[in-house]
Amino acid sequence: MIMADSGSSEEVAAIGSADISPTESENNIINTMVERGTALLRKMEINVAEAEKRTGKNTVNMQETYTVYLIEIRPAEAVPEGGVPATPDTLWRRYSEFELLRTYLLVTYPYIIVPPLPEKRAEFVWHKLSADNLDPDFVERRRVGLENFLLRVASHSVLSSDEIFFLFLTEEKGWRDAVLETGFQEKVDSRLKSLSAMFRVKNPDKRFTALKQYSDEMHAVISQLLRVRARVADRLYGVYKVHGNYGRVFSEWSAIEREMGDGLQSAGHHMDTYASSIDDILEEEEHYADQLKEYLFYTDAVRSVCKKNELIQYELEMAAQDLAHKKQQKEELETGTVRIFSLKGMTSKLFGQESQEQRESRLAALELSIQEEEETLKEKNTECQEFVRTAWGDIERFKEQKNRDLREALISFAIMQISICKKGIQVWSNAKECFNKL
Amino acid sequence: MSVGAPKGLASSGRKPITEILHPLSAAEEPLSPGPDVTVTVEGDKEPGLTNGTPVETPSPASASLLFNRLQLDNDSEADGRDPYATAETRDLFVTVDDPKKHVSTMETYITYRVSTKTTRIEFDLPEYCVRRRYQDFDWLRTKLEDSQPTHLIPPLPEKFVMKGVVDRFSEEFVETRMKALDKFLKRVADHPVLSFNPHLNAFLSAKDLNKRQGLALLTKVGESVKHAAGGYKLRARPAEFCAMGEYLDTFSHKLGTIDRIAQRIIKEQSEYLTELREYGSLYSNWAGSEEELQRPLEGVGNSVSTCCGALDDLSENMSQDFLPVLREYVLYIESMKSVLRKRDQSQAEYEGRLEAAALRKQEDRTPMPAEVEKCQDKVECFNADLKADWERWQSNKRQDFKQLLTGTADKNIHYYEKCQAAWESLVTLLQDKQAEDKTSETN
Repeated sequence: MIMADSGSSEEVAAIGSADISPTESENNIINTMVERGTALLRKMEINVAEAEKRTGKNTVNMQETYTVYLIEIRPAEAVPEGGVPATPDTLWRRYSEFELLRTYLLVTYPYIIVPPLPEKRAEFVWHKLSADNLDPDFVERRRVGLENFLLRVASHSVLSSDEIFFLFLTEEKGWRDAVLETGFQEKVDSRLKSLSAMFRVKNPDKRFTALKQYSDEMHAVISQLLRVRARVADRLYGVYKVHGNYGRVFSEWSAIEREMGDGLQSAGHHMDTYASSIDDILEEEEHYADQLKEYLFYTDAVRSVCKKNELIQYELEMAAQDLAHKKQQKEELETGTVRIFSLKGMTSKLFGQESQEQRESRLAALELSIQEEEETLKEKNTECQEFVRTAWGDIERFKEQKNRDLREALISFAIMQISICKKGIQVWSNAKECFNKL
Repeated sequence: MSVGAPKGLASSGRKPITEILHPLSAAEEPLSPGPDVTVTVEGDKEPGLTNGTPVETPSPASASLLFNRLQLDNDSEADGRDPYATAETRDLFVTVDDPKKHVSTMETYITYRVSTKTTRIEFDLPEYCVRRRYQDFDWLRTKLEDSQPTHLIPPLPEKFVMKGVVDRFSEEFVETRMKALDKFLKRVADHPVLSFNPHLNAFLSAKDLNKRQGLALLTKVGESVKHAAGGYKLRARPAEFCAMGEYLDTFSHKLGTIDRIAQRIIKEQSEYLTELREYGSLYSNWAGSEEELQRPLEGVGNSVSTCCGALDDLSENMSQDFLPVLREYVLYIESMKSVLRKRDQSQAEYEGRLEAAALRKQEDRTPMPAEVEKCQDKVECFNADLKADWERWQSNKRQDFKQLLTGTADKNIHYYEKCQAAWESLVTLLQDKQAEDKTSETN
């Protein structure tokens, strides 16, 4: 299905192939990530191979059941002919550890659009789909999502070289301590503040404003799409299942017929087949929904980068404002004019001018402060410029990735529909043959 | 002996009607015709058979007859294939079409064009074209029931429609009703006995169907069956008629179930369609805020929209073609049941009289009265007619349902084919573009 022979790392779909399922499409996306290559991925192959249920005592000493996922690392070199593939290094991680890793990445690289995790709880479900976190289908889809997450991080030029990420993949026991030692917890609080803060930037960067708006729109549209998709799935399930009733009634009817009996009976079986085919169909569609969900969650990451930019911009403006204010104070002090109302000025008027000494010491302190602030401002300026530069670089990368991935997902959606149609034609043709023999 | 059609009665002053001999009376002598009556034999060697129906045994479901029914109608003048008539010997073709609305001060109603083509000498002209309304069909059916009580009369579509619930003048309703009326008339025209009924003749040919005047064409059997209403209880229905009764009950029940399933499917499809429409429009909306993804998203939106149209067609077809035929068969079953009941009555009368006569005979040794013998003949005729009609009905039922179910399967296949085509063209479009992009990227 995937033509890997051309050597071009960009080809992800065989031209004219109409047989790619959504899972294969996901594999295509993964292959692209792998082939684009980072140093990390050149060294190792990453898989989330299995899931297992565990029970244990939690932090409040109560029994709980949770799922752990097996991460496998293999060296990336090809296995020689007749050679035995190397046994992988493995460790177990639970979802909360993935969350911890992601939070760390979010605060450490605020200018990067950090890949999202698969959903914590099943949402946008249609009635037959389980919302239970321990449901095997949910666990399986989560396993795929977690692998996807790791690969996305591993194929990111910046994130892949992070030490903590490397330890996550290799160090089962000591990882947690290592993460905490980075002291990222404090940054978590300030980040939360920045996300929820209601500050106003005087000169917002137009590009970021536009991006935030685009991201919000996309969030709304995909949410709505997923909601309606769930309703569509529900209804389609109903249509298919009702046809199963034909199976039973044809069978009953065939019992009272002579010549028509056989034809009716067989046709009834085909109707049963038709009715039961919907389960597989909708199961496959969940993968497509997962692909959309990933980008729904991505919009949150984009939003937070925009917000971070706003914060930096705001701090820069505040710093500049502060500096300007202080400079003005200095000027007043030097020239003796009081243009700005200040307590000092007032008290001077009321209680008499301060002495020359006092004034000079104040001036010196102000000078120092101004110098510091100028340094700070310069730093902040650099920080801001650096942020904008690196963030925008990642944003461009993200846009391309999004376009590629979503296009791929839509093609695989269409291919899935074709497969559904073919199955339908098959079943009804079989039934028609039976009817012809009546 | 056989039961004949009305003897020597003119119908609207036209030529007298053929003596209709019973199809099963092949072995017997034809009745000596009255002065005005001629016996016609249409293209068949055996004397006394009507309509050329090649009935060798009293089971028209025999292979040869079925084969004839299934044969393509190469030499007929019929507008369409009529699966009910034997190809070679049909000589009466009827069609119902061309509905028109008539508005008068008193009422508004629909008339249909009834076209007839025939070579039968019972008809003065080879072709007729008249306009009839539902009332006229109803009249015809009633007359047929009265004059041919031993035969199964095909059903008419429902007479009463709740005003306000169904629009009597909507295209769909009229179309469905017209198809059912056409089927009704074709079935009558195909029936070896019913098709020679003078009421049918009048219906097909008279300029003005003067129903109030009424063609007093009651057969002997008709009269006597009507009089046989009084209180005879049937002791035992013969096994074969029991089997028929049971079959009809079960079959009717199954058809009811199928009807409910079909209605449910239509409902589910309609709800699915509503959601699907919204789903498709969301993709189109999304396309508006994207650049590179605009085309694929719009494409998906369009394909979904195409599928919606196809689904709409499928559902409509279910309502208009599938359900009416099911319902008509339920009515047909009811007709058949009522004929069975009449047969029972006639047998009951016979047995009653027989018993009474036997008692009297014991007492005063009077010979068996002629009435009792007549009753016996009646019962035997009734049984024979019924059996023949039953076989015909079974055979028709098989044809009808084969056609109905195959047609439904076809519609579903067609629906999926339309959807598949829509998605395939999208995939081709997108993959071509992808190839273009890749070649331009690597260049």
